[in-house]
Amino acid sequence: MFRKIILSAATSLALTGAALAAGDAGHIEDVTFSFEGPFGTYDQLQLQRGLQVFTEVCSACHGAKFVPIRSLADDGGPHLPADQVRAYAAGLDEVDLPDGTTRPREWTDNFPARSGEGMGPDLSLMAKARAGFHGPEGTGINQLLRGIGGPEYIHAILTGYTGETKEEAGTTFYENHAFPGGWIAMPPPLTEDQITFEDGSPASIDAMSMDVSAYLMWSAEPKMMDRKKAGFVAVTFLILLSVLLYLTNKKIWARVKGKEFTA
Amino acid sequence: MAGIPHDHYEPKTAPEKWLHKRLPIVGLVYDTLMVPTPKNLNWMWIWGIVLAFCLALQIVTGIILAMHYTPHVSLAFSSVERIMRDVNGGHMLRYLHANGASLFFFAVYLHIFRGLYYGSYKAPREVTWIIGMLIYLMMMGTAFMGYVLPWGQMSFWGATVITGLFGAIPGIGEPIQTLLLGGPAVDNPTLNRFFSLHYLLPFVIAGLVILHIWAFHHTGNNNPTGVEVRRDSKANAEKDTVPFWPYYVIKDLFALAVILVVFFAIVGFMPNFLGHPDNYVEANPLSTPAHIVPEWYFLPFYAILRAFTADVWIVIAAEWVTFGIVDAKFFGVLAMFGAIAVMAIVPWLDTSSVRSGRYRPMFKWWFALLAVDFVVLMWAGAMPAEEPYATISLIGAAYWFAYFLVILPLLGIIEKPLPAPATIEEDFKSHYPHAAE
Repeated sequence: MFRKIILSAATSLALTGAALAAGDAGHIEDVTFSFEGPFGTYDQLQLQRGLQVFTEVCSACHGAKFVPIRSLADDGGPHLPADQVRAYAAGLDEVDLPDGTTRPREWTDNFPARSGEGMGPDLSLMAKARAGFHGPEGTGINQLLRGIGGPEYIHAILTGYTGETKEEAGTTFYENHAFPGGWIAMPPPLTEDQITFEDGSPASIDAMSMDVSAYLMWSAEPKMMDRKKAGFVAVTFLILLSVLLYLTNKKIWARVKGKEFTA
Repeated sequence: MAGIPHDHYEPKTAPEKWLHKRLPIVGLVYDTLMVPTPKNLNWMWIWGIVLAFCLALQIVTGIILAMHYTPHVSLAFSSVERIMRDVNGGHMLRYLHANGASLFFFAVYLHIFRGLYYGSYKAPREVTWIIGMLIYLMMMGTAFMGYVLPWGQMSFWGATVITGLFGAIPGIGEPIQTLLLGGPAVDNPTLNRFFSLHYLLPFVIAGLVILHIWAFHHTGNNNPTGVEVRRDSKANAEKDTVPFWPYYVIKDLFALAVILVVFFAIVGFMPNFLGHPDNYVEANPLSTPAHIVPEWYFLPFYAILRAFTADVWIVIAAEWVTFGIVDAKFFGVLAMFGAIAVMAIVPWLDTSSVRSGRYRPMFKWWFALLAVDFVVLMWAGAMPAEEPYATISLIGAAYWFAYFLVILPLLGIIEKPLPAPATIEEDFKSHYPHAAE
């Protein structure tokens, strides 16, 4: 009887996950990133390229106000040298002070925010703030193996333009099948070979979009690699503990159940 | 403490005797730990320890999170991001706390359904059951207010929808809603009082848990046969029971370790699986999310809330009979709280003289249907408020009430129960023929 209930409870969890993720979003294709699955890690060079795309393209209209600039030097992220990060911070918009003046941005500050006419939403947490894909068969359980789906959403948006435009109430909308409703106010941000990567990586729209999607996953979840390590250690030791407790339990109950204990 | 005859603590050394005369605390701990427990408890009796662990986990992680959290509408969201990025181990603490709530509810639902199947609510354990229901209500309040604290979009709009329910109560509804919110709408006063109560209620729960344990230690545990432990002599009691330590402590810890393997796999490898992406968007009173969905553990009751729309005949009838006082919105609220209330009064609705569902051939099937109903309602609660989900929710809600209010009272009269074993020892020996005397 209770086996049935546990089964149905497990099913309900899976169903609910799917249901929570479901929505009338556009079509999002699953793509493979290096950081998916229990053992997936960020690709440091990809994050550095993604930072370059973010800096040269996205940051014109999008802020990242929750991300401290110094975290670019952290382990498990782009891991840039500290002096390079300090120089990078100094090149960003100055910080407004309460008295109306400004001062140069330090690496201990966060990335600048963006607000106002024509500016887009903050990107700090975008990779966790969109549901992305929900496949296969809408179980949602694939988060374990294929990641959260947010980077896929960003990648699909960046590569989903059809080239069609329409004008409504003075605003131009661009057709994009990845966006809910099919029309987005953001003009296509990427063009072929727009960026020259230092490591000579290709700068196709698809490659740049993958890089910046990976970077935004890091900016949303900078401690992911620490977390997976902690999870792995916890799971390993708890399995060991389970085995020991199983044997202990078997031994102490053996005399009550009148069984021989052989282990 | 327990009514089952057993050995009590005897202070032996001089310091023990000194303390025992003044405060018999060692005796209390000893009697609690050595309480005679039926030999034949199955694996569904492990959820209590899981729940105790969850309460401790939530309190410990929660207190540390509170050291770094700022309950202010313009700072709450970014303080949570600071916890995720800058506090040592903060990301693990927060994910443990958020997923800990899910484990808490997962365990409490299995614990409740175990009680429903084996008749743990029946005399003389009604008070244990009622206290348990109060704990469950407190858990729901605590979880709901905790979900508001990160001040994301779902936090804000969930708070708006749920506090709006109280506004549906005729007459006193609006003052209650204003009191809950600390103003006309969800704002800084709401966040502050929710934070305060979210910190307070777990300690109320801890107090109720002590009463819950005291109550069932006094009556003795139920067990899968529903047959009571023999109390006529200590010798007979010892044939039916084993002391809680070490037998059930080790068994429960083993089960807890296995469950924690799964729990830590979720926390480590997919901590956002049970969350909602919209809660990573800062609260914005000017932008309503497309679907406002509560956390998974509220979904069955959310489905019941939404099931009774204005075009359902019973809602129309209620509105007509009460001259419009009970409208569709208030009816939904009554149904949601009523769904929990009928569960709370089940000790007086179940008329069967047999305690355990194991010996009730008809009850078994209705109970299985109730478990399925619960899952269906959970699924329907996550779906948008449209057909066919509205009808499915309505059928599910109707069965929920029918089970408690019609089926259980009738089954006790028409069902012919199977013979139950005379003693727990007999049941145990049928599983383990070589069991020692």
